[in-house]
Amino acid sequence: MTKGNTLEGNISLAHGAGGVAMAELIDHVFVGAFKNPILDRRDDSAVLRVGGAQIAFTTDSFVIDPIFFPGGDIGRLAVCGTVNDLATSGAKPLFLSAAFVIEEGFAISELLRIVRSMSSTALEAGVTIVTGDTKVVPRGAADKVFITTTGIGEIRAGYVPSGANARPGDAVILSGTVADHGIAVMSRREGLMFESEIISDAVPLCGLVDTLLDECPGVKTLRDPTRGGLASTLNEIAAQSNVCIEIDESKVPVAPGTRAACEILGIDPLYVANEGKLVIIVSSDHEDCAIRALHSHPLGQGAVKIGSVQGSPSGRVNMTTPFGSRRILSMVYGEQMPRIC
Amino acid sequence: MKHIDEYRDAERVRELAQAILEIAPATMTIMEVCGTHTMAIGRFGIRQLLPPEIRLISGPGCPVCVTPQSDIDAFLSLAGRPDFILSSFGDMLRVPGTHSSLESERTNGADVRVVYSPLDAVEFARRCPDKQVVFFGVGFETTTPAVTIALRAAREENVQNFSVYSAHKTVPGALVALLSDDGPRVRGFLLPGHVSAIIGGNAYLPIARDFGVACVISGFEPVDIMQSVLLLARQARDGRSEVENQYKRIVTSDGNREARRIVDEVFEPCDADWRGIGTIPGTGLRIRDTYAAYDAREKFNIASPTDSIEPNGCLCGEMLKGRLAPSDCPLFGAACTPSHPIGPCMVSSEGTCAAWHRYGGY
Amino acid sequence: MCLAVPMKVISVDGIVAVVEQSGVTLKARVDIVPDLSAGDYVLVHAGLVISKVDEAEAMETLELLEQLANNEAY
Repeated sequence: MTKGNTLEGNISLAHGAGGVAMAELIDHVFVGAFKNPILDRRDDSAVLRVGGAQIAFTTDSFVIDPIFFPGGDIGRLAVCGTVNDLATSGAKPLFLSAAFVIEEGFAISELLRIVRSMSSTALEAGVTIVTGDTKVVPRGAADKVFITTTGIGEIRAGYVPSGANARPGDAVILSGTVADHGIAVMSRREGLMFESEIISDAVPLCGLVDTLLDECPGVKTLRDPTRGGLASTLNEIAAQSNVCIEIDESKVPVAPGTRAACEILGIDPLYVANEGKLVIIVSSDHEDCAIRALHSHPLGQGAVKIGSVQGSPSGRVNMTTPFGSRRILSMVYGEQMPRIC
Repeated sequence: MKHIDEYRDAERVRELAQAILEIAPATMTIMEVCGTHTMAIGRFGIRQLLPPEIRLISGPGCPVCVTPQSDIDAFLSLAGRPDFILSSFGDMLRVPGTHSSLESERTNGADVRVVYSPLDAVEFARRCPDKQVVFFGVGFETTTPAVTIALRAAREENVQNFSVYSAHKTVPGALVALLSDDGPRVRGFLLPGHVSAIIGGNAYLPIARDFGVACVISGFEPVDIMQSVLLLARQARDGRSEVENQYKRIVTSDGNREARRIVDEVFEPCDADWRGIGTIPGTGLRIRDTYAAYDAREKFNIASPTDSIEPNGCLCGEMLKGRLAPSDCPLFGAACTPSHPIGPCMVSSEGTCAAWHRYGGY
Repeated sequence: MCLAVPMKVISVDGIVAVVEQSGVTLKARVDIVPDLSAGDYVLVHAGLVISKVDEAEAMETLELLEQLANNEAY
């Protein structure tokens, strides 16, 4: 029976959806081939010592349909994504590269719009785009435009938050509403058209992280729950730290429009992508200071404690429903599909 | 959200849980017929709110799960043809046939489009006149009207490159077949609210009467489900077997005549294969001859594959009959997981096994 | 087996209604549920209105639950 095995045959979309299939692909294909202690840490950025300095280094490719969506575009996303991966490694983002794969026939006016958006987002994040590359491929060999950004940032002295640092008793904090980005993008996708005020939360998080770490240096884990959503990020942390994470469903903020769209499409908001939110793990005595710091920043107004870290069962995420029952919040398999059933 | 939040009120759920506890019979097995109920029971953690004497088992009401391998194989046989667009609901994407799935076919180059509404598939056909757009019609009475309207629209507007492969099914006959079997000793049915919106509460009268099973038509929110369980427990306590309607805000005893009328214009009953259950006479829906030009089976002369094989060792059939729970299956959670599904109950998000795996066996 | 969400009718134009829930609007066909007016709540499944929400019955269900809370029913 080969068809169920995600590591035989060809690559499917599920292998890129941030769930179990992608984790298997990374484990067995990439980590297997590239194995080294830095990669093995499995955090959002690699932390390197170059000369006397400690820097964070990360890269990300952006392929999104549609390329323009409410609240953003592929260019804004390409800057935010890499900046946020650096920020969540406790680094101050400094320089970015940008590489473009462009499909023959793509409108130059749209490319200009994307590049201007990247420029203004870079300004917002305080980073400079210092090098780049351009390739054009024949019509059909790519979908409009793909962008890869790579970034480096300066690590705060002696401080590297990691998904492996969570310990029993710690508090789990979320910086605001979930699922807005994924739903905003979906609302413009073919076959799913609905109108709403929902806009993507794509935003550089480095300012919020600065404020948080300045006022609350004890932060253990910082993550931005992108593909696969909050549920996948919590599962990754639970696995990396060998702990159990317990969250309270009624504490997780979901904006009313986003919640309605999720109900209509039969999608669980906890598995939908975000591009401007933070998951923060701190020891319980730092909880108040972290929430205070987040609340003092415009992007952290909705910050709230959503749960806590327990010892066992290790690698598991549990959720308490508003009715007092508990269930497992499992890792999603692949991409979320609207369903009728 | 009006008409949702009232029925997710934690206080109301607690009160209902208490009321159920007070009258819970010695033991009672309730089958939730509908996959959307299975999902809701998992998502809201309903099992933990009920006393252990009340056992909830899942029935055959996940249309994806009961679609036989042969129908999936037949539909996927179109994937190799050039200039075809295959379309269906997101639920069908990963359901494995004997050799492949829609997702695998997409991976291998087929043009596969997931839609929210079958009318969107008609729209693809309008926009791509040089392609054949074939929609895989799955679903029960709730869904068939939407597919009917898509077929009518295609005919009225002469969209000749649109067609439907019908694997549609109807519910009441399947319940009768389940009860007639030596099957589970079900004391109560939690009946599907949205199917009932179309067929009406009266459709279940023979079931309650002939088989002595308590029937409650239920909504899908936690308050709805808890209230329905309470009504079922009361029937058991009082020795009654009646059809009660918890979901009166949506369901009438007569249902939606207009929906049934238009479906009857386009579809006619036929025998249907239910995965794991077998052939149940009269529970399928075939596209009528008057719509033959839009019936993918006729149009593309699709033969039923002869090599369709149900996966080895898979107990989904027993699950769909409500005889076993996922934990009884040796494949569950080991060889069969959402990333490596073997049977349909794991691959469909509303399948019993997927719901157990996702939400935990609590 | 059938997800359907209650949404409010904003307007009806022939066989298509614009329906809304919490700021999300979409178009749905009303072929099988005629005589809708703005303000009605309906259930939408796969792009089709399959039923109107009966407000009086909804009130009655909720009242029954209130009585339960006061130990008057069941």
